[in-house]
Amino acid sequence: MSADSKFHHGDVPADAKPIIHMEEIKKNFGNVIALNGVTFDVTPGECHCLLGDNGAGKSTFIKTMSGVHKPSSGQIFFEGTPMSFDSPREAMEAGIATVFQDLAMIPLMSVTRNFFMGREPTKGRGIARRFDLDRANEITMEEMRKMGINLRAPDQAVGTLSGGERQTVAIARAVYFGAKVLILDEPTSALGVRQTSNVLSTIDRVRKQGVGVVFISHNVRHALAVGDRFTVLNRGQTLGTARRGEIEASELQDLMAGGQELAQLEGSLGGTV
Amino acid sequence: MAADTQVQQDERVRAESFATKLMKKPELGAIGGVILVTLFFLFTADSAMFTLSGIMNFMTPAAQLGILGIAAAMLMIGGEFDLSIGSMVAFAGMVFGVFTVNLGLPLVVAIPLTMAFAAGIGAVNGSIVLKTGLPSFIVTLAGLFILRGASLVGLKIFTGGSTQLRGVRDAVEGDWLAPIFSGEAFGGLFTWLASMGLVETFKNGTPKVPGIPVEILWFIAIALVATYILLRTPAGNWIFATGGDSNAAKNSGVPVRKVKISLFMLTACAAALVAIITVIDAGSTDARRGFMKEFEAIITAVIGGCLLTGGYGSAIGAFFGAIIFGMVTIGLTYTDFDQDWFQIFLGGMLLLAVVFNNVIRKRVTGER
Repeated sequence: MSADSKFHHGDVPADAKPIIHMEEIKKNFGNVIALNGVTFDVTPGECHCLLGDNGAGKSTFIKTMSGVHKPSSGQIFFEGTPMSFDSPREAMEAGIATVFQDLAMIPLMSVTRNFFMGREPTKGRGIARRFDLDRANEITMEEMRKMGINLRAPDQAVGTLSGGERQTVAIARAVYFGAKVLILDEPTSALGVRQTSNVLSTIDRVRKQGVGVVFISHNVRHALAVGDRFTVLNRGQTLGTARRGEIEASELQDLMAGGQELAQLEGSLGGTV
Repeated sequence: MAADTQVQQDERVRAESFATKLMKKPELGAIGGVILVTLFFLFTADSAMFTLSGIMNFMTPAAQLGILGIAAAMLMIGGEFDLSIGSMVAFAGMVFGVFTVNLGLPLVVAIPLTMAFAAGIGAVNGSIVLKTGLPSFIVTLAGLFILRGASLVGLKIFTGGSTQLRGVRDAVEGDWLAPIFSGEAFGGLFTWLASMGLVETFKNGTPKVPGIPVEILWFIAIALVATYILLRTPAGNWIFATGGDSNAAKNSGVPVRKVKISLFMLTACAAALVAIITVIDAGSTDARRGFMKEFEAIITAVIGGCLLTGGYGSAIGAFFGAIIFGMVTIGLTYTDFDQDWFQIFLGGMLLLAVVFNNVIRKRVTGER
């Protein structure tokens, strides 16, 4: 199977060191075991897909990675050194950016104001210190163009953008602010065909810039289109990691559903899954 | 760069007409309102209304309300209400009266202390709202009664039984800070204009308008500063973000708590400023001061284009909203209409503004 495709260009060097490495992560909420020993890593310029059905533990896992939860046991290595993030902010400052499904966007505000929300560039000093809107507008237009979106104007309200465009703004924002690891939580789940393809090419662009992308999805076809590696999560455990070209969609699908269950499902659904 | 973007226009997005761009300005409604109200009074009111002294006449109450309205607008953009500002005017007035009359403090001490007192209460309001997660509407409604009651009780204690505290004028007489908070500014200019025959004068040659009442200058300055903060500083961006979606703002690193508490402190300080100006002007303070002003301030903000849901609005809009208010209250006395039409007008204006704002919001967000 050829590695290059519409949404995948170039391979990751095999000897690349992981930016973040999660070792045997366990997480309990009271007596519920959400994660039961998950090992996962991302290298620069790689898109590592984390697949799993609803309730598999994907959300808990990325929240652990982005500093929202602390693991009950297990270790996190960031660029080779053991790390423990106390808050999402700390993880963000280290370079782990997460784009959650709600995107942290405010529809009534302009693209620029959203792009720089909480991290406004300023000019002037003391009492004259002010939001450098011209520069902010310029950067926003430029960054969005890099992602293949031509804004009508930087003061266009985010509410007027499509779902895919909003996703792209959120990704562009994370990358611009120095993300080394970009975690995308189901970025394509609510999108149409065309918008999905825009987001997938955005992921490919980001990957090529050397950012490690963690792509969470339960859509195997979207994952296969951009991913370098695929890890399947089921009932809080990893069921193994496969490289690009080593695995077929049907195998991934099987793994996600936990093998035997899908065999039964397929019978009842007549091969439509 | 600009030329570049022109070429790469998306063909599916129609270019915005000038009218659409104008529609997206939150203050549009208020400016339109000022024009309509002006036209209405040009036809119905006595011509004295639009002379210099007539303008000062309606601008003075507009300014007093506008200072509150602009602060209320900023708080509303930040996603909260403060119903206690009217009572805060009475309470701060009492505190100020006690400082100047009972304790005999000079203004340079009394004013900052009054402000600090008000800001403290504002911070408490804000903290309760944030701690409990209750709507600010209900928390500050409690504040409305508590502060009004405290002003009544407090005044009786400090005056020995009266709800009015007199003697502020004597207490601040000759204080070097007094001209900044009371009376008229630019008196010399107006005398000079009068001597040149450029403004109306009384028979003895003194100008009919001795100067610009200081509250009007405060009003204009506050409107300009507030607009600058909202549109051109990081803090302004935080206010919009906090009101738009406080969760998203927090996740993006906006100090949401700080923003909200500061805004509550700001509204309380605006109330204290109005209290200081009006108390010095009247020479006394009483427990009814600022009655109903909280609602009028919110109406001003809404006429000025603020959304009740937060995240959208403008200080300049509130500025014009307050002018509409002043024109109508005072303007009706220049006409043959019964003055009590004022309240009907006010309610109608509010309804119109809310409906209009709702339409605008849908336009801005592209909602269908």
